[in-house]
Amino acid sequence: MVLLLAFQSLAKGQVEVEMADVMRADGKIYVVVSVLLIIFIGLIMYLINLDRKVSKIENK
Amino acid sequence: MIKKHWYKILAVGLILYTLWFGLMGDVPRKVVLNESIRNLYFHVPMWFGMILILAASAYHSIRYLMKPAMLHDNKADSTAKVGVIFSLLGMATGMVWAQFTWGAWWSGDPKQNTSAIAILIYLAYLVLRGSFNEEQQRARISAVYNIFAFACLVPLLFILPRLTDSLHPGNGGNPGFGAYDLDNRMRVVFYPAVIGWTLLGFWIASLRTRIITLEQKAHE
Repeated sequence: MVLLLAFQSLAKGQVEVEMADVMRADGKIYVVVSVLLIIFIGLIMYLINLDRKVSKIENK
Repeated sequence: MIKKHWYKILAVGLILYTLWFGLMGDVPRKVVLNESIRNLYFHVPMWFGMILILAASAYHSIRYLMKPAMLHDNKADSTAKVGVIFSLLGMATGMVWAQFTWGAWWSGDPKQNTSAIAILIYLAYLVLRGSFNEEQQRARISAVYNIFAFACLVPLLFILPRLTDSLHPGNGGNPGFGAYDLDNRMRVVFYPAVIGWTLLGFWIASLRTRIITLEQKAHE
């Protein structure tokens, strides 16, 4: 009976694949994404700053 | 202002978009891969970006051989260095991904091996550059080597791994991600990621080019 059920679920292709559903629902994964965005934006702002510094020297 | 900086703005915008949707968006459910399928948005663009940036480097080398202006050599030099950084990031991220999906940091996969060889070829380019004192000589010989290096890179990454069994998707009879994994949900994040990271690489390379050009002017 168990085997039969197992075969049935396999046949339907309903193999449960684990994903971070719960995390996305209420696990506050968006907080991590926000942190990543802040770090990236911070690095980009530094890059813009460097770009400006080089421009200043070029215009001298 | 916009005319000069549009690609930098586009790069940042596209990467911000992929950071958000790359992690929050829906992806296909695959056994073994699980959520790590999202690495496609971050690991693969490193390699795609590297190829495009190194192609630009080879292009600048050809330009230098046609017209020996130092600016061409400076551009070839900077883009090659950014390309190497991208390749090292691609290698490191690939090894982490491999550990958790293929079960080992390094499994001697053909594509891993050929990528390692490609990185060594480009490291040799940097060593070669460092071994000249005379500017014109360095620029000319490095340009020739750089074109040779790019000519090696293409078969190393795109042809040789396909001739044998490989763990990488799209190689050795394995279907590519494009075949079934890369569905339209992923495409709308993956391609912007490639463009975004490539443009960011060009931005960093342009900064370096400007700095070494200034240095050369100061020396004169």
